[in-house]
Amino acid sequence: MSRSRRVLAPYLLILPGGLWLLLFFVIPMVTMLSLSLQQGDVVSGYVFTGHWQTYVDAIGNYRTQLVRSLIYGAITTIILIVLAFPVAYWIAFYGGRRKPTYLFLLLLPFFVSFVLRTISWRYILTDEGMLLGPLKDAGLLPGSFNILGTPVAVIFGLVYNFLPFMVLPIYVALERIDPRVVEAARDLYADPPTAFRKVIFPLALPGVFAGVLMTFVPASSDYVNSAVLGSSSTTMIGQVIQSQYLTSSNYPTASALSFTLMAVLLVGVFAYARALGTEDVMKVAAR
Amino acid sequence: MRSRLTGGRVLHIYTWAIIVWLTLPVLIMMLFGFNDTPGRYNQTWEGFTFKWYGRVFALDELTQALVISLLVAVVTAVVAGALGTGIGFALGRYRFRGSGTVNLIMFATMSSPELVMGASLLTLFVSLGVGLGAVTITIAHIMFSISFVAVVVRARVLTLDRSVEEAAADLGANAWTTFWRITFPIILPAVMSGMLLAFALSIDDFVVSNFTAGTTTTFPLWIWGATRVGLPPQVNVMGTLIFLGGVLIAVATSVRSRPRKRSSA
Amino acid sequence: MQSNPPDPSLIRGLTQRRLGRRDALRMSGLSAFAMALAACGVKGTGSTAPSAPAPDAVAKYWAGKTSNGKVDFANWPLYMDPKQPELKKFTKATGVKVNYQEVIQEMGPWFAKVQPQLAAGQSIGYDLMVITNGIQFKQFVDSGFLAPLDHSKLPNYVANADKSYADTAYDKGNVYSVPWTSGITGIAYDPKKVTRPITKLADLWDPAFKGKVGMYSDTQELANFGLMALGIDPAKSTAEDWKKAATKLKEQKSAGMVRNYYDQSYVDALGKGEVWITQAWSGDIFQKNVSDGTDFKFVIPEEGGTIWTDNFAIPITAQNPLDAIKLIDFFYEVANAATLAEYINYVCPVPAAQEQIKQDAAKLSGADKTAMEAVASSPLVFPAQSDYAKLHYYVDFKTVAEQQEFQSIFEPIVLA
Repeated sequence: MSRSRRVLAPYLLILPGGLWLLLFFVIPMVTMLSLSLQQGDVVSGYVFTGHWQTYVDAIGNYRTQLVRSLIYGAITTIILIVLAFPVAYWIAFYGGRRKPTYLFLLLLPFFVSFVLRTISWRYILTDEGMLLGPLKDAGLLPGSFNILGTPVAVIFGLVYNFLPFMVLPIYVALERIDPRVVEAARDLYADPPTAFRKVIFPLALPGVFAGVLMTFVPASSDYVNSAVLGSSSTTMIGQVIQSQYLTSSNYPTASALSFTLMAVLLVGVFAYARALGTEDVMKVAAR
Repeated sequence: MRSRLTGGRVLHIYTWAIIVWLTLPVLIMMLFGFNDTPGRYNQTWEGFTFKWYGRVFALDELTQALVISLLVAVVTAVVAGALGTGIGFALGRYRFRGSGTVNLIMFATMSSPELVMGASLLTLFVSLGVGLGAVTITIAHIMFSISFVAVVVRARVLTLDRSVEEAAADLGANAWTTFWRITFPIILPAVMSGMLLAFALSIDDFVVSNFTAGTTTTFPLWIWGATRVGLPPQVNVMGTLIFLGGVLIAVATSVRSRPRKRSSA
Repeated sequence: MQSNPPDPSLIRGLTQRRLGRRDALRMSGLSAFAMALAACGVKGTGSTAPSAPAPDAVAKYWAGKTSNGKVDFANWPLYMDPKQPELKKFTKATGVKVNYQEVIQEMGPWFAKVQPQLAAGQSIGYDLMVITNGIQFKQFVDSGFLAPLDHSKLPNYVANADKSYADTAYDKGNVYSVPWTSGITGIAYDPKKVTRPITKLADLWDPAFKGKVGMYSDTQELANFGLMALGIDPAKSTAEDWKKAATKLKEQKSAGMVRNYYDQSYVDALGKGEVWITQAWSGDIFQKNVSDGTDFKFVIPEEGGTIWTDNFAIPITAQNPLDAIKLIDFFYEVANAATLAEYINYVCPVPAAQEQIKQDAAKLSGADKTAMEAVASSPLVFPAQSDYAKLHYYVDFKTVAEQQEFQSIFEPIVLA
């Protein structure tokens, strides 16, 4: 291959895909930002005026939902770390030859559309359904007790839907740990809890970080779980944004909220990366 | 040693408990596909029947939604497969200026909230005045699938043994021939995995589709709309069939790839 | 001999990079970005200043339209017998196939969903839709999204429809729409859970039903109940009144009364026991009781109820408008209006249907006969003048600014 051809090769290869991403990922972000600074109404159109008061009003009106979403996301992520770590640990260290099988079983439910799975939970948890009905009939629960419509139900749904996203990265990190390192710790008189605390957990941290990245962001911006399992007291910012776009046709407010959410999450992610000392976020993502 | 074993046992049971918990709604969904329910509401168990499997395509709108989902997913898999392979190969094989930017954009598409991606696409289409429909859905699906394909392909390309390619060059093959007859077949399994991943992401996508579909319905969108008036058993049947189909494909690919792993390049 | 070394700051000033290539790129990138931001805009297709349609608009639209033998009909749930006897009868009589889809659950989402496509001149996949009079109806009209109807193609409508509909505020002269049915928003409740009879709007604020109350997510429906609960006539309400109503509704919410704000799905919630008492649409409850054997009750509250009209409309990008208008006229045949009202139990726009239903009842016997006679004399299907006294329309707006203010007052209640 001639020299210039070789130099050109990577650019030619990334050109179609890169162009697609530019047109349909980067540019839409620009149009969304632009729309958030426009004024008008859906009938007579919108005009760019640089009107940033929309941001102030939108954030002022829906600050509760924004904060609530971040809190739900954080709680979900923490619960997920606690729930997922043992599973990842067991498969990585005790899975043996059946590791792929266990991972497959974990991912199996994802062959069903997540909307369908969340709705199935709704059926299971409904006020007089298969779970609560018998309990209420037996007198163990008051008649007006409900799980659906509470923050518990929403977080339950979020945890359920994002569990594999936390298990997999932690598993990958744990799997990479050279067993000789653990052996060495043992040789130096470390008992299992100490070996875990000082050797295994720190080595698993990049996996935890990746898992947090893959769960906190989507969980905070989710709206399906809250819409299906929650009520108006659990409204998350995702629902507000969706409603402003697809119910009220209020594009400027919707775009302002959307942009704010993305900015908040981005800032959070990069601050988190800094705090953990991972300089190159890309390196982690590249794994 | 003993404490390690009991610790292992507890974790073993715990892992199985988690697996059961994850599968529970799927089992319920499959179960209610056999429910002998009179109306559309399919909420209480009435009796066991196979009849819904015979009437799977009785609801035209639902069948149409499923067909659209499948078509969009196939197109997405092919196009995102091609575009993503290009990016993945370039990132894995070459070092070039701008690879950092490409990496950043890819990372951004994979970690951006779907809500923001869908909403921003809506603002683009509205600003351009091009309307919404199956085409815009497909455009969106391809967009978010490219990065996933690229990551899978890049991982494979990074571990590629160049000596085979060098041998082909020594034997007089030019770059083009080397690529198509040597390199591509080797990375093909990774490309296929990427395409399969794109297919799965597309067929299950709800959030981005919700913003870019307009009045067109895909399978997840139809389900979402139908929850207001009750999900008919056909949904359970279709969900079960898709589930079993996916399982079969996954098992088949893993069985096929096992012997090949021994002799991989 | 060397003079004093030059002042370091002088050296710095002389050699400092002024505008490197990177800076130029960065600045041009930023300015391109800024221009892109400003260049974006969303073209509107209409104007919010009401204007009469051009006199030849009807002729222009209908010129050259041919019949293709099918109609895609978008409607709300619970507006037709699932067996679709009227549609089958239509197909038999005209050979036109009807694809009936219950895809409309709430007006806001419906408008938001079809707006981008209609604005782009794209077909929405439907030739006929049923839309409620209210904010979105006006948006449809002002945006130019509705086809003007050719009344010469609607002989049954002209002959049989209640004349009062031709004089409505939202579509004078029925240029863009003719009624499908009217309906009443009142209160529905489960007598098994709510042991005392319900008669007032104030009952929706009764702490005895904490966490078991359902309200609508549609701001117009919600606002009306808030206003009427305070004794304010929605038609005469001002922005001050809206704020008072919003406060009352927020009280209801913060007291933990409201389980959720629903669209059409309130019927499902009532059926599942998630709510015991809820805002409801008159015909839905009747149908639910018939189809599911339940015993829910529907009442028009003392303080008042809301009356609205759902209307046939043909989107301007419809592919089969000629067949659609045939279908519209079909539902104005007395026999068809009667069978529809018998099933859905909503206010029938054809007065002659009342007599027809009585005749149909005479042909039946026993419980069926009593049931159908009840439909013929039901104030929910054929309200008398006195019934209308308690019923109010949605709040009407003179300007877009008013409407946006209204929305911004009531939306947060539903979303927060």
